[in-house]
Amino acid sequence: MRGDTGHPVRLRFAKAGKVRFVSHRDVARAFERALRIAEVPVAFTQGFSPRPKVSFGLALAVGYESRAEYLDVDLRDPWDPDELGGALSAGLPEGMVVTGAAPLAPRAAALQEAVSAVAYELVIAGLDADALPDVAAAALGAETLPVASSRKGQPFDVDVRPSLRRLDADPSTAFLSVELSTQPRAARPAELFTAFRDLAGIDAGDGEDRVLRTHQWIERDGARLEPLEADRAAPAPPGTGPCALEACA
Amino acid sequence: MTTLWPRIEPLLARVEKPARYIGMELGSVAPEYRPGQVSWLLVYPDTYEIGLPNQGLQILYEILNERPDAVAERAYAPWVDLEALLRSEGLPLFSLETHRPAGSFDVVAFNLSAELVYTNLLNCLDLGGIPVRAEHRRDDDPLVVAGGHCAYNPEPLADFVDAFVIGDGEEAVGEINAVLAAHRETPRGHVLRELAQLPGVYIPSLYDVDYDGPVLASVRPRYPDVPERVEKRTVADLADWPYPKHQLVPLVEVVHDRLNVEVFRGCTRGCRFCQAGMITRPVRERPADQVRTMVRDGLRRTGYDEVALTSLSSADFSGIEGVVTDVLRDQEGTGCVSLSLPSLRVDAFTVGLASEIQQVRRTGLTFAPEAGSWRLRQVINKLITEDDLYASVDAAYSQGWRRVKLYFMVGLPTELDEDTLGIAELARNVVAIGRRSTRGASATVSVGGFVPKPHTPFQWFGQNDVPELQRKVNLVRDGLRRSGAQVRWHDPGATFAEGIASRGDRRIGRVLERVWRAGGTFQEWSERFDLGRWLDAMAAEGLDPQWYVTRHRHRDELLPWAHVAAGLHEDFLWGDWQSALAEHGLPDCRWTPCYDCGVCTDYALEHVVGSPVPPAGGSQGTGQDLARGGAVPVRFLEATRAR
Repeated sequence: MRGDTGHPVRLRFAKAGKVRFVSHRDVARAFERALRIAEVPVAFTQGFSPRPKVSFGLALAVGYESRAEYLDVDLRDPWDPDELGGALSAGLPEGMVVTGAAPLAPRAAALQEAVSAVAYELVIAGLDADALPDVAAAALGAETLPVASSRKGQPFDVDVRPSLRRLDADPSTAFLSVELSTQPRAARPAELFTAFRDLAGIDAGDGEDRVLRTHQWIERDGARLEPLEADRAAPAPPGTGPCALEACA
Repeated sequence: MTTLWPRIEPLLARVEKPARYIGMELGSVAPEYRPGQVSWLLVYPDTYEIGLPNQGLQILYEILNERPDAVAERAYAPWVDLEALLRSEGLPLFSLETHRPAGSFDVVAFNLSAELVYTNLLNCLDLGGIPVRAEHRRDDDPLVVAGGHCAYNPEPLADFVDAFVIGDGEEAVGEINAVLAAHRETPRGHVLRELAQLPGVYIPSLYDVDYDGPVLASVRPRYPDVPERVEKRTVADLADWPYPKHQLVPLVEVVHDRLNVEVFRGCTRGCRFCQAGMITRPVRERPADQVRTMVRDGLRRTGYDEVALTSLSSADFSGIEGVVTDVLRDQEGTGCVSLSLPSLRVDAFTVGLASEIQQVRRTGLTFAPEAGSWRLRQVINKLITEDDLYASVDAAYSQGWRRVKLYFMVGLPTELDEDTLGIAELARNVVAIGRRSTRGASATVSVGGFVPKPHTPFQWFGQNDVPELQRKVNLVRDGLRRSGAQVRWHDPGATFAEGIASRGDRRIGRVLERVWRAGGTFQEWSERFDLGRWLDAMAAEGLDPQWYVTRHRHRDELLPWAHVAAGLHEDFLWGDWQSALAEHGLPDCRWTPCYDCGVCTDYALEHVVGSPVPPAGGSQGTGQDLARGGAVPVRFLEATRAR
């Protein structure tokens, strides 16, 4: 979708509270409506059934919260990224808040391909805070962490250990901080809960596990970059683009 | 009463589509409760996806919340997974906005759009901790109210509902609110007596019902100040009610997920099977400039990229072409906005309108001839000739549509097998016409079983039994094998159950309660429907389902809804029924002289239309001048007894 003629912008948003129950697809629809309400000049795809040029990063499962969701929007006309967040808030539900925006370099890699690491804070229902350090140590010390998972109703076994990069337990906060590699495959939080419960020797009870995505990173040339910064467009040189024309007028 | 959210939240992680239960739609209000207000819970007794778009509920939600002495929240029937969790946790039905228990509201009001949701109403009450039967409610239980099209035969729900509102609710809801605000801490019986004084409000517990064997003998008010007949409410001019002003925009994808702007209410095409057309007379058009403003503001406010101009047949709106042109022009340059409008007309005009609207996405076009032969279409007064249909589909296919949907009914009065087989023949011809334009032309044929409805000329007709409907569906299906047309049909068993509820009397209440207690909720969902439950319940109550469903009624029979008036004179309905049997059509009275159905004359109303001239093609779109007689004479035969 990187527009050769458009003005791509990358947005970061948070999703917290009741809206955590809204699906990834419905979040996308809410953003499309918010863009129309704010009368943001979004570029459209060509063809039989034109669609707004909006593309989202990694999906967040229903019920999870996040401080670090991203989407790219291609604009027909330039728009100050700093004003986008405020403009969109009128059309977004409470709990979905744009927390940052940056002009995007032309032909930047799509979020789904570029993001290579994510971090979460996990609260495991039924597990005492005191037990967290032992669980974390056991998980990091294990060679493999096999878990029964499923995809579209088909069961399969998966090893979540290769995805696990970092695991911190702080009993005072009662959550596990986990950092995962997304490639070749990111472990799902639900799979981690199963693995950690197995290590702790407890069953899944009626309580609700809680997930907060805290970061996504694009790693390039040994550097770990926040997606807004990774492909930020260079400031336009003087004398080019519509802004300069306006200045002349 | 405080919110239940902390107890509901952990359950939502364990159910399908939990966002159905969080509210937070654009346009919803976070109510602030102040002393002295009357609190309403407006319930659509079906899933969120079906119920949220309901315009009636949204209109009343806004009107109530605009009042300083009222506050309104919403609820929809929780799907079976959440219901099971709520019951196991001892939690009640709750409101979406503040997650309060249903039982904490002053009023719990239901929208009734279809008969098969009746058992869901019982379930919602029970899940809300509210006694299901009205007689068991105490002074501090909510007042249970119901409105919507099905309220025109309130009797099957008379045991469960305290007050019905007949007709348009815009004005009545405020009047009810005022009565309740003035009668706090008042015994329930006294409040109901006060409400019975309001026009359009029916309090079933204030009437005695007597039977003579299986036949209804009388329905009489118990007190002199309670009306013998409850007359429907009608909003005289839609221009005074530009609602919803803030249409709800759901976070979950729902049916009709778009901006909906009602362009007129009522319809006088006079299709004899159509209850909506009969009970919503006269036609009241919204001024074209108001339509344009509501579309423009609505799109801006909601962020939708699709708008529907809604009514029973929007192509009949005076000057619809101008409205469409204006709406499209207003949206130029804002991206892709698509427009849709339902139309009963089958003519080149509709196709031309559709092609102007659907410049880009020419997905599907729907036509509803309803019956397979000209003879039977005269019986039902759906006066579409084969030439009209073929010219319309030819225009559609040649202008780029590849798929056409055709709607038909089986089990109509006087139907013979040649009429039923005519459905297959029409559909085969439609596909053949389409293939002249495009090799991939296809048609979908939808076949529904006809259920006679109260307050229509067909209210006396005995519905076809299950095997007969299935046989007719099979005739259509077999006639369309290897034709390129797909056939879809409704379960004749569900059609039969709908027939029990549609023309049922007060005794059907016990049947509904049994079906519900046996687990029969969400009966319009085929995977949850079982006719056996209904037949068992009828047997347990000693009631004969055939007597209720397939029996032809006599003119002198007291019908269970006779004390509820839609304004239609019984003479008119009976005369129109006799015209149907004589295969005589009736013109649309919007553009031809009044034949006095009773509504305008009795209620001092008149059509509100922008143009006195019928659309191109004549008042029924057939090109025939019905007013001058001839091929389709307009006259009523002597009343004779129905077959």
